[in-house]
Amino acid sequence: MKRRTLLTAAAAASALTLGLAAPSFAQDKTKVGFIYVGPVGDGGWTYEHNQGRLAVEEHFGDAVETIYQENVPEGADAERAITQMALSGADLIFTTSFGYMDPTINVASKFPDVKFEHATGYKTADNVGVYSARFYEGRAVQGTIAGMMTKSNKIGYIGSFPIPEVIRGINSAYLHAKKVNPDVEFSVVWAYTWFDPAKEADAAQALIDQGADVILQHTDSTAPQAAAQKAGNVITFGQASDMGEYAPLPRVSSIIDNWAPYYIARTQAVIDGTWESDNTWDGIGAGMVGIGEISDAVPEDVKAAALEVMNSIADGSYQPFTGPINKQDGSVWLAEGETADDGTLAGMNFYVEGLTGEIPQ
Amino acid sequence: MDFGGINPVILLASLMVASTPILLAALGEMVTEKSGVLNLGVEGMMITGAVCGFIAAVETGSPTLGFVAAALGGMALSMLFAILTQIFLTTQVPAGLALTLMGLGLASLLGQNYVGIKPPSLPDLHVPLLQDIPFLGPILFQHDAVVYLSLLSVVAIWAFLKFTRAGLVLRAVGENHAAAHALGYKVKLVRFAAIGFGGAMAGLGGAYISLVRVPQWTDGITAGIGWIALAIVVFASWRAGRVLIGAYLFGGITVLQLNLQAAGAKVPVELLSMSPFLATILVLVVISARRHGASNAPAMLGRIFHSS
Repeated sequence: MKRRTLLTAAAAASALTLGLAAPSFAQDKTKVGFIYVGPVGDGGWTYEHNQGRLAVEEHFGDAVETIYQENVPEGADAERAITQMALSGADLIFTTSFGYMDPTINVASKFPDVKFEHATGYKTADNVGVYSARFYEGRAVQGTIAGMMTKSNKIGYIGSFPIPEVIRGINSAYLHAKKVNPDVEFSVVWAYTWFDPAKEADAAQALIDQGADVILQHTDSTAPQAAAQKAGNVITFGQASDMGEYAPLPRVSSIIDNWAPYYIARTQAVIDGTWESDNTWDGIGAGMVGIGEISDAVPEDVKAAALEVMNSIADGSYQPFTGPINKQDGSVWLAEGETADDGTLAGMNFYVEGLTGEIPQ
Repeated sequence: MDFGGINPVILLASLMVASTPILLAALGEMVTEKSGVLNLGVEGMMITGAVCGFIAAVETGSPTLGFVAAALGGMALSMLFAILTQIFLTTQVPAGLALTLMGLGLASLLGQNYVGIKPPSLPDLHVPLLQDIPFLGPILFQHDAVVYLSLLSVVAIWAFLKFTRAGLVLRAVGENHAAAHALGYKVKLVRFAAIGFGGAMAGLGGAYISLVRVPQWTDGITAGIGWIALAIVVFASWRAGRVLIGAYLFGGITVLQLNLQAAGAKVPVELLSMSPFLATILVLVVISARRHGASNAPAMLGRIFHSS
């Protein structure tokens, strides 16, 4: 008897929600979907994409409806998630991790009327655009601070996957640390995950055990910050998000991804019917990459040097990959004064001279 | 004393820390499964424990109370599973999966205001005299209480299942619930208790991640470790000692491979990152295959019991 009452109540409740939801289908809203690789509360990468989503909602109000799915694994399962989102009536879908590249292309070929935007990839189609931020510009600033502040001359770097975006960051940070401190050494640990707090903490701990007193991370959670805080005398940088709760130490600065203007502009283009496949790659100058406040734990001269690097990149007078730069095997990559072109940067799969270890292939 | 740039003392000490969450959760799940119940909700109970423990520790300032709250939180969630599977007789596999989904969502909700807070730290117990033993001292005798608790539970659970009457009843329920029922044992009561124990242990394991191993709260902090614990129970063929081996192998090699990378060892990284999974499965399969050819699984695992 009781169970039956429960069922009736449940049925009534679902009927009620359906009834409430029905009017919203009737309106002709633009529906924007987001596929996230981690939880929106990761405090890093996905958190910032979600901030961009919220900015879209705020900007357009009732004209736009946003939907999102968290924790979508890269690979085959992503295809299912993206398909489902396209089937649910999304007009524009942002897939926000490198590993969604092929799934996005595959799904896009089945839904020619839906627009897709893939973050950090390089494959485009008529209805698939790509966008990314020049995080390596921020890495140049971090490398400068790291090189000047390290006492052990050992800098630890937690990499996620050996993809061009991550390798660019390592190279850029290394080049700029080396520039201010010729004795600096990098050790890179590949975590093979974007988000796994326990593993990221272990990786940070392993690097600290090996004598690193600066930890750079290219993974999404704040766990390495916590590990550094526990160890003491180790500095870190916020990744993708400010991670300001760990300031002034261990977090001394950060790279902040600012996706909101881009998301708003692209949503507007879909509403106006002017959307076209594009390839956007903006950096500090355009505001897509922000440098979080450099904390008081950083000495004035270091801060000044870092800001100088930042400003020269922002006004376009300096490109982080400016020759002479050799590849790891000693061959010449960029001659004196030469700067790297976007094509090479986008597909970067080599270390620069001075870095040790091999990139997993 | 370094091997390839890695200090074995530090490595072994961090191995124990990395393995403890898996060990706790796997032990709890083993007891649950020994009673014939397959609870796939380990991940959900772990993360619920992680968030409950974190909140309690932050609010009271006491990590001990945090762990108590974690055990209670994990147990409370497992009771939901117990009610569904033992009273409403739902199938255990989907109920367990639902528990994981619910636990993840619940933890995310509860933890919203706790992102970026540093929890009070659990003091390490420095065992007098023993900690001064060269080499072994720093590895074995300078951990926090939960590490020792997890090791004690291995022995306690082994002894409980092997030597006590209650342990025998629990195994009987798991092997043949109809016969146990005919003998007058309260099958459902035993299973309720076993599920609750599993939940409490999973909660402790989760809290160990959020209070000691990572010390912070982040959404999705357990990142799938509950599934590893589940797998270890199976590969360890439901034996406490082997669960210990499995958990330490997995945790140990995870830490070792990161250290090898950090030390710049000339081993392909792909091999290193899959090594925890490979080594754990290989070793456990080999030791399990050698002695008992047939599967050691409780015969009633996952079956629904209805007394009438």
